[in-house]
Order: sequence, then structure tokens, then C-alpha cells
Amino acid sequence: MSEIEIKNLTKRFQVKGHTVTALEHINLNIEKGEIFGIIGMSGAGKSTLVRSINYLEKPTEGQVLIDGVDLSDLSTKELRKKRSEIGMIFQGFHLLEQKNVLDNVCFPLRISGVGRKEAKDKARALLKTVNLEEKEKAYPSQLSGGQKQRVAIARALATEPKILLCDEATSALDPQTTESILALLKQINENLGITIVIITHQMSVVTDICQKVAIIDNGNLVEQGSVKEIFAHPTSDAAKELIFGTRPSPLSVREVSGNKTVRVVFGGGSSYEPVIANAILRFQVPINILHADTRNVGGKAVGEMVLGLPEGEKIQEDITAFLRERGLTVTEVDEHVN
Amino acid sequence: MLTEQVIEMLTQGVKDTLYMTLVSAVIGYVLGLPLGILLNVTGKKGLRPNRVIYGIVGTFCNIIRSIPFLILLILLIPVTRAIVGQSYGSTATIVPLVVCAAPYIARVVESSLQDVDAGVIEAAKAMGASNLQIIFRVLLVEARTSLVTGFTITTGLLLGYSAMSGTVGGGGLGDIAVRYGYYRWQTDIMIVTVVLLIVVFQIIQYLGTKVSGRLDHRKR
Ligand SMILES: Nc1ncnc2c1ncn2[C@@H]1O[C@H](COP(=O)(O)OP(=O)(O)O)[C@@H](O)[C@H]1O
Ligand SMILES: [Mg+2]
Repeated sequence: MSEIEIKNLTKRFQVKGHTVTALEHINLNIEKGEIFGIIGMSGAGKSTLVRSINYLEKPTEGQVLIDGVDLSDLSTKELRKKRSEIGMIFQGFHLLEQKNVLDNVCFPLRISGVGRKEAKDKARALLKTVNLEEKEKAYPSQLSGGQKQRVAIARALATEPKILLCDEATSALDPQTTESILALLKQINENLGITIVIITHQMSVVTDICQKVAIIDNGNLVEQGSVKEIFAHPTSDAAKELIFGTRPSPLSVREVSGNKTVRVVFGGGSSYEPVIANAILRFQVPINILHADTRNVGGKAVGEMVLGLPEGEKIQEDITAFLRERGLTVTEVDEHVN
Repeated sequence: MLTEQVIEMLTQGVKDTLYMTLVSAVIGYVLGLPLGILLNVTGKKGLRPNRVIYGIVGTFCNIIRSIPFLILLILLIPVTRAIVGQSYGSTATIVPLVVCAAPYIARVVESSLQDVDAGVIEAAKAMGASNLQIIFRVLLVEARTSLVTGFTITTGLLLGYSAMSGTVGGGGLGDIAVRYGYYRWQTDIMIVTVVLLIVVFQIIQYLGTKVSGRLDHRKR
């Protein structure tokens, strides 16, 4: 049994007499202890999906099961109890502006009936975990974005949840702060075994810390699997767009050269053999390197290159076959990208 | 002109004015605050939207608020007499002041609560907070600066209305201004009462601003 099971979930909104379908027939299983990414463009339905996991949004059709319990079977009171076992953080932090850091972290404990003293002790321990113990008397307006998100994380962990939902938690932060927040989430996942669901529109967030990923496009789940797999072989248009869209467009270069462009992904073994150099020597034609990058995908270094191949269908096919024989993943960069 | 007698009268006038204003503000909030919360909660974007309740309470507030105060004062004379036993004097004036203030306060409170960030409410829901907990521990706490500002504005309004009630024997500074300034042509006494009204108004405004500033942690 998966920790989170989403079965055939559909969500429609009635807006001024007409219907907006935000999600359609979503099926998704998230296992205990995973860091699961849900990625998609703006308006794809990511927030609606993550809000369905704690029933802030009730599905129009389908079910959400947490540890095998269907949330629609719960009474209002039971649902509130369940929600307190699922932490949530947001892009906009959503801290109580009129309460200091310590009282913010105490808040979920106080509303679940924990005494003042006990709540404070626990909150202080959590602030230590997120490295903010010296800020307990500060108010949210006195903190930076990264610090606010740390407070929000401490607050979300106060009730010792088994699941942490993150809705664009790093989208308002600069790259360095994003990195430190992601590192903190990873540390929490490892130390506490909490299942983390990360919603984002940035591929780099997914490749940085997620093991599994689901791609949402226009309310549909178009692709899911291990991050490694999908990063190497994106099949859906949405996945390609998200992966290719994270770096400058090779298209402008292609327009100049008029040649075919392919994306090559390689991990581990092959990097010892100078594959591209060998291809040039073997076919005696120039190969343009339009883009090259190394990323950390699921803890492994993965190389990514975009190559401009010379004109001529035959030679293009030969080079592609040559690269594939050497264990590289080769995909054509589609016209529509960027 | 400022004989001992006049000073005594003015002092009593200030006391009566403060009495009418503050007591009607407090009773007004006892009635208006729950109504305001009800409006906010049952409103379109509230915790529990309910068009029927919102419609009834909202319309009721609008009707009373659209009646000019002086007319309300006269219309309510039988009610005032039934409650207080007489229809003139400071205590009697509190009745129409409260009736006038409560729906006004309800709208002011509704709008203060509406300004609370929807994201914060959502976060509280996600933590498992009940609607009552959200009202008392999130909405009223996060909106407190704006609520105090609303209280200050309402009190200033009531101060003005209490003076207006002087024209029909309501007591307080307004009453003195009308009796001496209008009926006896003692302009000097009228001017002194007006100055006193201004001073009282300024003090209320000053204290209100001070308190709401003290309570606000949103800015450094
Ligand atoms: N409360 C709502 N009422 C009406 N439409 C909504 C509501 N919430 C979301 N939607 C619509 O559902 C779609 C998905 O929204 P959302 O889940 O917020 O997307 P994302 O988080 O991926 O940007 C959008 O078209 C949005 O306009
Ligand atoms: Mg969103």
C-alpha cells in the first residue's frame, strides 16, 4: 500500500456558469519516504493536485487515500486530525504576521491542544533544526525569504507529520537560497523519513532532490517515473519542454546553421571514451556543440549536450546510430521547443 | 464669561460627551463585532459562504445605515423611552447611537477581516484548524491593527453624532453649544465647546493611532 494513493481524480471548477477542468483522471501513487516531484507549467493544475492531497480541495470525482484511508470517508473532525498529520509549505510562506517566529511555530501545536510550555520547548527544538534558534523573537517582516521559509518548514514539522507537501516552496527564492532550502528538505527526508511531495515548475528542483517525478500538462498526468529515466528519455511534449526549456534555446543557433539538432544524455561509463571526438574522426564531418551541461540527477552526475549535426539525412542517421551504440540517449530536438 | 458655573457646566459637558461616545462605542462593538464576523464568514470568500444569511444581515445593516442619524433619533424615541425611561439626556442618547453604530461597525469589522491574507487562512486550514480557531486565533489576531483603526474611526463618528443629538436635548457638549450658541447668542461659550470637541476628537484619534501602531508587527 502506497502512503498516498490518488485514484482517478478529476477536479472541475464552476466559473461564471462554465466549467473549468483543472485535473482529469489523475492516477498517482507516492511511496513512504520518497521525495516525489510534480512538475508542470503555470496553470497546469499542480496546486489543485497538491491541495487535493489534504482535501483543501475536494475532488469532483475519484479518491485520495492516505495510508489506505479514503479522505472522503472522514468526518470534519477526523479530516482536521488527518490534516495535522500532513505538513504543508507554500510559495508565499503564509506566516502569521502579527506573531513572532516562536509563536508561529507553536501555532499548530496550540490549536491541537498542546500546552504553552510544551509547545514552546518543541518549537525551540524545531527552530534549531532549521538553523533559526537566534530568531525566535523576530517577526516575519524582519526575516528574509529564505528565513521565512525555514520558519514555515519548522511550523509544518511541529505536529510531526508523516507527509510534507511543498507548493512552489522555492519559487520566490533566489538560486542560492533555493539550494539551501532544498538541502534542508533532503536532510529532513533522510533524518525523519518524511515523505515529501514537491510541486514546482523548475526542472532543476526536481533533478536536484526528487527520486520520482510526475509531469502534469493542462490537467493531465502525461508522464511519470524515476527522475533519471524521464530526464534521459522524455517522451511527452510537456516533459521535453520542461527539460529543454531550462536552458537557452538551441534554435537560434540552428537557424543560422540550418542543420539538425539532437540532444544527447550520458551518465556514468561513457564519459571516459571521447565519443564526440571519435564520431568526428570516424565520419570526417564537423559536429557543433551548441550546449553542454552536467547535472546532478538523483545523486549521479549526468551529462547533457545539444549537438548540431551536419546536413544530409544519411550522415545524420549514421552519427545518431554511432552515438546510440555507445550507450548515449539521443533525442531529436523538436521544432516546437522554445 | 468663564465663571465658575460655566466651567463646571463645560466639565460636565465633556464628561457627558465622553460617557455617551465611549459607552455607545463599547455596546456598539458588543453587537457589531459578532455581526461583522458573521458577515465575513458567510460572505462569498468567507470560511462558510451562505448567501441567505449574508443577504439578510447585510440588507439589515444597509437599511439602518441609510437612515440619517437625526431621523433615527426621532424614530427611536418610543424605543428609547421603553429602555431608559425617558427620551432626553445623555443615557437616552446612547440608544440611538448604538443602533446607528452597530451596523456601521459590522461593515467596518467585515472589511478589516477581509484584508487578512487568504494564504494565512489556507495555511491554518492545512494545519487542521477549525473555523472557530481560524476566527479567534487567525482572523481577529491578524486583523487587530485594522480593527483598532476601525474602532477609532467609529468612536470619532459617534462623538460627532453625540454632539448632533444635542439639538434635541441629548446632553453633553453638543447640547451646550446649541443652548448657548443658538438660543442665547453666547457665541463665546459656543466656540469654547467646539474647541473642546475638537480637542476630545484629537485625543481619541491620537490614542487610536498610537495603540494600533503599537500592535502592528508587520513593519519593522
Ligand atoms: N478556486 C478556483 N476556481 C476556479 N478555477 C480555479 C480555481 N483554482 C484553480 N483554478 C483553475 O484551475 C487550473 C489549474 O490551476 P492551478 O492548480 O492553480 O495550477 P498551477 O498550480 O499548476 O499553476 C487553472 O486554469 C486555474 O485557473
Ligand atoms: Mg500553483
